[in-house]
Amino acid sequence: MTVDSLLPALTAVARDAAHPATAVPRPRGACSCGAEDTLLADRDDGTVVRHGDVVAKVHAPDTDPHELARRVLAATCLPGILLPPLDPAPAGLLGRRVTLWPYGSPVDPDTPDAAPWEEAATLLARLHRTPAPDGLPPMRGPVKAARAVARLRAAGPHPAAAPVLGAWAALPGWARAEAPMPDTATLCHGDLHLGQLVRRPAPDGPWLLIDVDDLGVGDPAWDLARPAAWYACGLLPPDEWLRFLTAYRDAGGPAVPADGDPWPALDVAARALTVQTAALAIAKSAAARRPLDEVQQAVVDACDRMSALPPELPRGFAT
Amino acid sequence: MQCPKCHAPMHTYNRNGVQIEQCSGCRGIFLDYGELEALTRVESQWSQPAPPPPGAPQAYPSAPAPAWGAPQHGGHGGGHYGGHGGHHRHKSFGHMLFSS
Repeated sequence: MTVDSLLPALTAVARDAAHPATAVPRPRGACSCGAEDTLLADRDDGTVVRHGDVVAKVHAPDTDPHELARRVLAATCLPGILLPPLDPAPAGLLGRRVTLWPYGSPVDPDTPDAAPWEEAATLLARLHRTPAPDGLPPMRGPVKAARAVARLRAAGPHPAAAPVLGAWAALPGWARAEAPMPDTATLCHGDLHLGQLVRRPAPDGPWLLIDVDDLGVGDPAWDLARPAAWYACGLLPPDEWLRFLTAYRDAGGPAVPADGDPWPALDVAARALTVQTAALAIAKSAAARRPLDEVQQAVVDACDRMSALPPELPRGFAT
Repeated sequence: MQCPKCHAPMHTYNRNGVQIEQCSGCRGIFLDYGELEALTRVESQWSQPAPPPPGAPQAYPSAPAPAWGAPQHGGHGGGHYGGHGGHHRHKSFGHMLFSS
């Protein structure tokens, strides 16, 4: 099994799912239906191919098949919130797990100003208010943050690493995936960013959340923490942050108090996402042998300022 | 300082410009002389915002930010990296918006 053989195999899976009645192995060459095979994503943590109305995703090699099955099953019972899979059970492909999804049109990366902040916030609030299905594992946000920090450490010495590692060390154990999360009842997405929203039916159907790889139970503040971190770092303009926060509150989202200062509830998760973003930025810039740009530096600077200020302690949360 | 109730260490936070001490053990809060009044004053300003000065329209009130936030949160239009109003958003931040 090689990466070279994975992509044609995944493409064949997408084609077969798009044409179930005429499924014949056609891994190479144009499909007779006229639809193109589009590589939507190709990263260490997953490869995604589209053929017509079908999207096939091969999940990361270290994906726990049992946990993935639970997460995909959860997506089948959250209509109007999460995009449901075409098949509730993941399949095997060259030793990896593959899932099939209907195509939805994403946020245009070239026009992030048109980002659907209100819709994203409303979807999160509805997700967080939905009782978690039985057997759903913990959301993987802290695990992803810990992996980013491990990647930073593996990248070798870097002048910007010390403040990031210092901010990381000051976080409570649960945020570093070293202790159980204090909230094990709330259904969370686990990896919210603008690439996790699509309109289905494309191109102008309602917005839905996608990507169940990190879905699970945990502290719902994690799902608000990326926009919160961007705002805190001076990257996301205040009006966009307030649109997101206000829509979340208006929809009854439980991660923050209904009014007043949201930061005691957001602080730990926003710090963790800031550290995660900074760690990945440093690791990637070191690998490419280029300096941090001003946006990346702003995130590192925020980590530096955290060192002097211990994390806030939300009500009732153990550290 | 130590918490007078449970003797765990207390940490200092800045809440809307008012320094407060919170216990890391029992979560109790210690206020110095005048700080409760200062918090009450800030709260009343928050719930009854002053009308914006003419000629300087502001669509949204200023939002609370953490103490470790970027320094430009304090002022108006102070050099946001992301760009205000959708203009000139930094390319690197545009990428960050879509990345895990």
